[in-house]
Amino acid sequence: MQGLTGGNQVIQVEGSTVRQIINNLELLYPGTKARLYDAEEDELLPGVAAVVDGDASQLGLMERVNENSEVHFLPAIGGGG
Amino acid sequence: MLDYKPNIVLATGDYKVVGTRPIRHDGADKVTGQAKYGADIILPGLLHGKILRSPHAHARIKSIDTSKAEVAPGVQAVVTSADWEQPTGKVEDLAEGSIHNLRFMSNNILAYGKVLYKGHAVAAVAAANPHQAEEALALIDVDYEVLTPVHNFREAMKEGAPLLHERLETLSDPGLRAGGYKSDEDTAMGSNVANHFEFRVGDVEKGFQEADVIVEKETNTAPVHQGYIEPHTGTAMWQPDGSLTVWSSTQGHFNARDLLSRLLNLPVSKIRVIPMEIGGGFGAKGILYSEPVAALLAGKAGRPVKVTMSRTEVFEASGPTSATNIKIKLGATNDGKLVAAEAHLIYESGAFPGSPVPGGCNCIMGPYDIPNTYLEGSDVLVNHPKSAAYRAPGAPAAAFAMETAIDELCEKLGTDPLEFRLLNSAKEGTRRATGPLMPKVGLVETVQAAKDHPHYATPLEGPYRGRGVASGFWGNGTGPASAMAMVNTDGTVSLVEGSADLSGTRVVFAQQLAEVLGIPAEEIKPTVGDTEAIGFTSNSGGSGATFKSGWAVYEAGQDIKRQMIQRAAKIWDIPEEDVEFTDGVLQHKSDTELKLTFRQLAARQNATGGPITGRAGVNPGGAGPCLATHIVDVEVDPETGKVEILRYTAVQDAGKAIHPGYVEGQIQGGAVQGIGWALNEEYFFNDQGHMANATFLDYRMPTALDLPMIDTVIVEVPNPAHPFGVRGTGEVPIVPPLAAVSNAIYHAVGVRVNELPMSPGAVLEAMWKKDNGS
Repeated sequence: MQGLTGGNQVIQVEGSTVRQIINNLELLYPGTKARLYDAEEDELLPGVAAVVDGDASQLGLMERVNENSEVHFLPAIGGGG
Repeated sequence: MLDYKPNIVLATGDYKVVGTRPIRHDGADKVTGQAKYGADIILPGLLHGKILRSPHAHARIKSIDTSKAEVAPGVQAVVTSADWEQPTGKVEDLAEGSIHNLRFMSNNILAYGKVLYKGHAVAAVAAANPHQAEEALALIDVDYEVLTPVHNFREAMKEGAPLLHERLETLSDPGLRAGGYKSDEDTAMGSNVANHFEFRVGDVEKGFQEADVIVEKETNTAPVHQGYIEPHTGTAMWQPDGSLTVWSSTQGHFNARDLLSRLLNLPVSKIRVIPMEIGGGFGAKGILYSEPVAALLAGKAGRPVKVTMSRTEVFEASGPTSATNIKIKLGATNDGKLVAAEAHLIYESGAFPGSPVPGGCNCIMGPYDIPNTYLEGSDVLVNHPKSAAYRAPGAPAAAFAMETAIDELCEKLGTDPLEFRLLNSAKEGTRRATGPLMPKVGLVETVQAAKDHPHYATPLEGPYRGRGVASGFWGNGTGPASAMAMVNTDGTVSLVEGSADLSGTRVVFAQQLAEVLGIPAEEIKPTVGDTEAIGFTSNSGGSGATFKSGWAVYEAGQDIKRQMIQRAAKIWDIPEEDVEFTDGVLQHKSDTELKLTFRQLAARQNATGGPITGRAGVNPGGAGPCLATHIVDVEVDPETGKVEILRYTAVQDAGKAIHPGYVEGQIQGGAVQGIGWALNEEYFFNDQGHMANATFLDYRMPTALDLPMIDTVIVEVPNPAHPFGVRGTGEVPIVPPLAAVSNAIYHAVGVRVNELPMSPGAVLEAMWKKDNGS
């Protein structure tokens, strides 16, 4: 992802849901939406997890984001047993 | 007689049932042989399926002639990959984060066009008995064009290396472990690198400039198998209405149903998967091998078919964990503070994409607070069986590199390794190497408990003896889960939940429900529901079951409480707000004469409004990470290089141990598997890429005779995102042992063995090299 943001590790964008965050990211850095969003299914792409304030979102695009929230887009990493 | 307590619980929280050690509800069935495992299924007209497997590690299939087998005695059906449609190569998210490439999955179940490892399934036969099926396999004529196998990542990444998949695309997304094909427009040749990605936090170059002490090293690990006692098994039966019933040894029957649905082009509503008791899984029983083949054979034969692997098939054709190569560099200041770290992780995925290298990257620096980090992960294909999840997938090999490097750093700094960890421990708010901030975790508490343990205070005397320590991190999983609890008129509660029981989870769900309802755990009757008996529940994996299904059970209990309060209010003709439900007793808040026990009200449920059933479907966030710190003492035989484990103590944060006995069992089991990985276990491949030790006689797992009792300390730093503070506990105990044992060997004989396993030969060779000054 940092390749699309000119190497920036931290970006400030507005939005009260993960969906709005992605849309506003796309305005700043075209191409980021395609790395995160599955337009056909209207959900996060397979394998992408939105982590809001350190907690992997269970609601995907609908997850609420607070004014000073920190959002990371990370691989969904599966487990063992 | 021990002069200390071998199993310590540093408990927090005040509960009546949670934290106690009731006898497991399925215990009698298990110890009397009544419990039904996958291979125990017997149905009228049952046929036995056997699979023809590739004798080559890499070959093109020119033709398959099954005509002779089809007319062999007792044979009812023969199938190959031509008997099902080839799925698209698109990555799909099937079950809430369950990411798959169905083409790769299908081709692993039955080879299509090429065989990619020795043991790869090529065709299958169903016959009246297993012997007739095996004899018929010998009549199948496969014409192969043998190709050069790719043995390891070094060969695979070379320019001009033979390609396993000519159209494989190199992805740059650790979330897409399942891998992908190039688009039709992309005409460039494929690659054996399925995925390559990076994580960068801070400025790692600047960080190393600030470092006074730098350690660099490279580690290698061999593939090892989970070693579950029960082989994979699946039985399939088609109903006259075109629906399919499958009995499976699986960690996730809903995921199995969803995958079968896609592979067989059948709606999920037409498939019922019944989870059987499971004889070990450790991650690898979340994968389908036998079930789809049984379904194809059963469809063709018109009779039920059971396919059960032999032990050799399990070794050769199910998934071991990856071989790995890790280069790591750490930098610290003279006062012992970590300032920079970088790691390059290469994991071999076997014949299809999907090694746990993302898990390795996620965990490698998990225990530490390091301001500047860089991680690079590569998933590389080789002609070996497709790797599968194994307890904290990706993390043990990563910790082997990290924790031995930390030990080297401590030695250079002249610092006690536990003091170093206390100084550098990740804690709530630490920026992780993958980006997010760490939630509340208990590493500091495990390190402190290790430091305070009598083991660490006891001097280790004698030649060739050494002590090692290591820590480990696992992020833990969660996902959707369902539970339904029916109150019986005798005051017991029948609980149905959807998590396959790998490790005694029935009892921990019963305990959580009992705690909510204020009744004994023995009054709860837990069962695992099949896919038509309970709502969707994601796999029992990632150490998520006790957390997520615990949440579901807790909510189902709250649902029952609400209904019972309504009933009591109705009986007493008072407002619901005036009723309180405490410790299994309902009573009027001010009139103490109005009182009903749970059992009394249960008996009156039908007359006061009908049956009381609590239910819940949840998808909880906040599965808190789990951290551990282990201490091990070893003695090395200078004549043979054999390493003996003298003493082992494992300290782990459990959040809240619902049943401490089963948490201790998980810790001990994980530590033992880690010791096996460290010292003995490995797949030996010959120059043809064939596994040379595919039996338990030749694949050396540790036994009780090899080990002392593993002492445990459960630390409880409650997870704020769970009503009882649960963190999954099953994965992290396998993370520290590899490095802890390696560090102990170093402190015993002064050699760093950077390749696993540290078998007697490897240790001896390292000692000779040291003695010869090379």
